[in-house]
Amino acid sequence: MTPMIDIRNLSVTFTGRGKAVRAVDDVSLSVAPGEVVALLGESGSGKSVTLRSLLRLHPKNRSRMEGTIRVDGEDVLALSPRALADYRGRKVSMIFQDPGLAMDPVYTVGRQIVETIRRHESVSTAEAEARALALFKKVSIPAPERRLAAYPSSMSGGMRQRAMIALALACNPKVLLADEPTTALDATVQIQILLLLRDLQRELGLSVIFVTHDIGVAVEVADRVAVMYAGRIVEEGKVADVVRTPRHPYTRGLLAARVEHAVPGSRLETIPGAPPDLAELPAGCAFRERCVVAEPRCAAERPAFVQRSPTRGDACLLTG
Amino acid sequence: MLSYVLKRMLLILPVALGVSVVCFLLVHLSPGDPLTAILPTDASAETQAEMRKLYGFDQPLPVQFVLWLGRVLTGDLGTSIATGRPVAFEVGRAVVNSVILAAAATLIGFFFGSLFGFVAGYFRNSWIDKLASFLAVIGVSVPHYWLGMVLVIIFSVQLNLLPATGGGPNGSSDARSLDWDYLRFLILPAVTMSVIPMGIIARTLRALVAEILSQEFVQGLTAKGLLDRGVFAHVVKNAAPTAFAVMGLQLGYLLGGSILIETVFAWPGTGFLLNTAIFQRDLPLLQGTILVLAMFFVVLNLVVDVAQAAVDPRVKRS
Repeated sequence: MTPMIDIRNLSVTFTGRGKAVRAVDDVSLSVAPGEVVALLGESGSGKSVTLRSLLRLHPKNRSRMEGTIRVDGEDVLALSPRALADYRGRKVSMIFQDPGLAMDPVYTVGRQIVETIRRHESVSTAEAEARALALFKKVSIPAPERRLAAYPSSMSGGMRQRAMIALALACNPKVLLADEPTTALDATVQIQILLLLRDLQRELGLSVIFVTHDIGVAVEVADRVAVMYAGRIVEEGKVADVVRTPRHPYTRGLLAARVEHAVPGSRLETIPGAPPDLAELPAGCAFRERCVVAEPRCAAERPAFVQRSPTRGDACLLTG
Repeated sequence: MLSYVLKRMLLILPVALGVSVVCFLLVHLSPGDPLTAILPTDASAETQAEMRKLYGFDQPLPVQFVLWLGRVLTGDLGTSIATGRPVAFEVGRAVVNSVILAAAATLIGFFFGSLFGFVAGYFRNSWIDKLASFLAVIGVSVPHYWLGMVLVIIFSVQLNLLPATGGGPNGSSDARSLDWDYLRFLILPAVTMSVIPMGIIARTLRALVAEILSQEFVQGLTAKGLLDRGVFAHVVKNAAPTAFAVMGLQLGYLLGGSILIETVFAWPGTGFLLNTAIFQRDLPLLQGTILVLAMFFVVLNLVVDVAQAAVDPRVKRS
């Protein structure tokens, strides 16, 4: 089956003042129609940058993108500004981490949805409003008529994220990008939003890339998981396989650090050290200095991503 | 919304009372007897006592205040010592002239200020931003009475295009109309005055637009496919409350703080009136003018607050 999303050798370099920073380095990833892939990693691992590349949201004059991104057959990096604007929100839409920040505070939520529909489709305002109402019902917002006329600031976090999901689904996109959509919510609401997203994804057959730093969330929603470290994918595979038999030492560390594994009274397991500065990456494996099994050869050569089986791959010299 | 407006209006009462007390006491703050200014120095004691009684200065202060307040509330601001006409009439005429001048200046300033501010905020750190910011800094720094004189020298003396002083043809200062005969008197003072709000609005909007553009929701708007003009509409609506608030306050400042410009151009507004009243020691006129101006500020703040609440849903709750 041809993939819905096909990212090949994507690199993103930010070239602001000072040193150029390669936030994403040679990342390849494909997502089948109807598939959910979780991008897992710490802050600064490049997962959000990878996600935003799919909508080309990086500042034009301060970033450079290399490689290819194809979504539903379209070459995203080659789109003209007008074609790009047509593609955004229609074919691919995005849910942000904090819907309170991602929606305009002085427009009602309903108006923001109507605006999106009317941007992409020539329908009347009344028709767009009817569709917004249907969307609010679909994402289970109570009293939807009243909520459409509300401003983002007068809704709770969970309600806002539901509204954000409704907004993202307004033009029936094929791909949904979710940038830590539950991180800003409290635990009970998190589960509700995750379940809602999973139900909608199945019902609508969406391809989803789901960025998270929480393995538990990845297990809940994803079919496959790609673990990122210092701008690269270090391990990829089916969620169940990766969780059961993590290969890369970093993935092993992440799994060991889960709170669920903690023994009461003892300190939580952590990965020692901190992620490297992307502007000053050491030679060899980027994880080497925090790795408990590192060998001298890890300093000599930067391990490439190797597909070990049709569904599984990693970037570690020691797992081969 | 209605309850917010009512609450805000109730809050005016104590402010208004305080303002009237200050205005009333102003007369008694100035050194000497208020009457010495109008009576000849060799006036007899009887005349002085008679005048004192006539103006009510023989009563204790609180009584004087209550009597004064009672008259003010019925619209009687007293009689001008210098002209013998009712203060209310003099002030009313001057207020109309000042409002015309301030409104014209604010509109000009708001238009150019918004233009410069938006352009500078959108193209931050480009040459166009630097040019707009330069003009804005000039606007707030140049002494406007000096600018007024320079404009008079260029457009009245050298080019002979516009009148240098006055409020209308043949020294008239009311019966205003939109005729060119009247408008041409307005142009120089209004342009001179507009430089201040222009600079302030431009600088405020530049910072504001840059701040709005850096917010995440702008990326959200881009992500859902809005074109630049669609995003621009959002930026405008986000900037509008602040822009209007600044404009309203500027209008207020211009109404009260235009003594220099009105004097340079002999524009018959409140500033000019205040200036005259001070130099002629015309205390009832001074008192009345200040009271009217102060109340004007209070009402203006109310209008700005209510307008802001109407545009921005977040203001009401705070």
